[in-house]
Amino acid sequence: MATEAASATTTAVAPAADTTVIRMRGLVTRFGAQLVHDGVDLDVRRGEILGVVGGSGAGKSVLMRSILGLQRPTAGSIEVLGVDALSEDAVTRRHIDRNVGVLFQDGALFSSQTVGENVQMPVKEYYPELTDSLRYELALLKVKLAGLRADDVAKLPSQLSGGMRKRAGLARALALDPPLLFLDEPTAGLDPISAAAFDTLIRTLQEALGLTVFLITHDLDTLYAITDRVAVLADRKIVAVAPVKELETFDHPWVQEYFNGPRGRAARSTKEGIE
Amino acid sequence: MSTAPNHAPPAAAIDPNDPATLRLSGRWTMRYADEIGVALRAAPRSISRIDARQAERLDTLGVLQLLRYADRYKLDFDHFEFRDDQKALVAAIEDIKDERPKPQRDHGFRAALERLGFAVADNYKEGLALVGFLGEILAKLLRLLKHPKRLRLPATVHQMEEVGLNAVPLVALLSFMVGAVIAFLGATVLREFGATIYVVELVGIAFLREFGVLLTAILLAGRTASAFTAQIGMMVMREEVDAIRVLGLDPVDLLVIPRTLALLAMLPLLTFIAMMAGLLGGMAVCAGTLDIPAAAYLARLQDTVGFRHFAVGMVKAPVFAMVIALIGCLEGLQVQGTAQSLGERTTSSVVQAISMVIVIDAMAALWFMEMGY
Repeated sequence: MATEAASATTTAVAPAADTTVIRMRGLVTRFGAQLVHDGVDLDVRRGEILGVVGGSGAGKSVLMRSILGLQRPTAGSIEVLGVDALSEDAVTRRHIDRNVGVLFQDGALFSSQTVGENVQMPVKEYYPELTDSLRYELALLKVKLAGLRADDVAKLPSQLSGGMRKRAGLARALALDPPLLFLDEPTAGLDPISAAAFDTLIRTLQEALGLTVFLITHDLDTLYAITDRVAVLADRKIVAVAPVKELETFDHPWVQEYFNGPRGRAARSTKEGIE
Repeated sequence: MSTAPNHAPPAAAIDPNDPATLRLSGRWTMRYADEIGVALRAAPRSISRIDARQAERLDTLGVLQLLRYADRYKLDFDHFEFRDDQKALVAAIEDIKDERPKPQRDHGFRAALERLGFAVADNYKEGLALVGFLGEILAKLLRLLKHPKRLRLPATVHQMEEVGLNAVPLVALLSFMVGAVIAFLGATVLREFGATIYVVELVGIAFLREFGVLLTAILLAGRTASAFTAQIGMMVMREEVDAIRVLGLDPVDLLVIPRTLALLAMLPLLTFIAMMAGLLGGMAVCAGTLDIPAAAYLARLQDTVGFRHFAVGMVKAPVFAMVIALIGCLEGLQVQGTAQSLGERTTSSVVQAISMVIVIDAMAALWFMEMGY
């Protein structure tokens, strides 16, 4: 029992008292002569949906890849769930991977496996002791939670539409009930109806599963609909982190252009119309 | 709640005040899947409801197990009790639990027979596609004679560099070594008859007639056919080939013809290099270990090995080039959306190209021999 408790602590999330899930300090990323991030500081709080916006090429995806350990920053520190995300230590890395779900832009499903097999993959890796039938039921549950039909578990990714692929990718990201979820442009390429449905889905799941969500998006409607706070990446730094309402009046040329341009105004008025 | 120990494994006990209620405690999460199963199996049959409010943590697997338990013993899941922060998850899962997929895929004799049938039909279609593709390429090459402007010269030259120039070191080195090996082999056998001088004929005829072109073709089948398939296949996967089509362009003109022409031009040249390197390899062995100086080697080569051997070897080069380009490009165009398909097609392209080259070479050898060339 003692060993069980000890091993449990290694995979358990950070103590409840600590409300910061991701803590990034002085992050610098450089590709050759090109400086992408120059001293990025960012805190993501437990249980919030944090939107990350920025122009194309501002380094939003690079930021996410750095947190996930897919990309090594030139300098700075990143802490995820209370452990050093830049550590080379395999146990630390595995702890983070175990507690993090990622939805890549186009789903990044394994193309030679069915949706069900895709979702079962992480479960099989981390919990090989589960019986086949239980693992299958769990995958089925996640697929349905992500808003797909039960029949879709047997389909190959190539048989799915773009929106369905994202839902399947989300099901796989949720396979291990991770407390922290990364979404890279979840609504890009979806029609407005599907995009709105996807927003609702993320909000519902976030509430049901108590998730912390790191959400990269270009979609102003998404920002207004579901984010708690929005971080703006511009001039190689995070220039502001605030609820979207407060950002409208934030004094920065890019932020002004973004929120008060024609699209920003349209998204805002829809939101106000609803309220 | 404050009395609950940290990270306690899941446990279930009868409520002392209500014998029909099972109280859960500890962590009902995925990492304790086994313990959850044990705890639920050990629960007495007399209970009618479950109270999960004391459970320290409950995840999707925990809820799923409770649902399965309720199903198995025909308990009313609505009477199960949950804490407020658990309710959202339970509700989300309960909403969707009923729908099940239809069973798929049957096993057994019938399915095996079906697969065999499909495999035969696929092979037939593939053969047909290859012949059709050959026709299409020949027709488009002929059209090129009429409209030479249609030729994509930069692409063709680029491919020539890729498949020809960049392959020179590999082809030359390997041919040199095979030439040396043949000389050694010949020397070992012929020495017993005191006829080591015939090593020159052996190396000369073998390389000019067969090995020069065969070695080059096999190397290029491995090196170039796979590259063609992977390049074109990736373009198919990324819908680049579809983009070419809807722009009103022809993927065959754009992708296949430059590659075919490049290979048609370069394979004979590489064959020539291979022949020379092979002869050189033979010469090195002769000079080094058989006391046949280079001048004597070359003189004997000139005297005894006729030009017809060179011609027999060379005439096969364009045929092999066509086969390699054809198979490499066709397999590429047939790639489907998955990474697995790309891998299968690339393997298949190399295997097909090498087998075809060897089969054609064997038939040609037979034919040339019968005809007395």
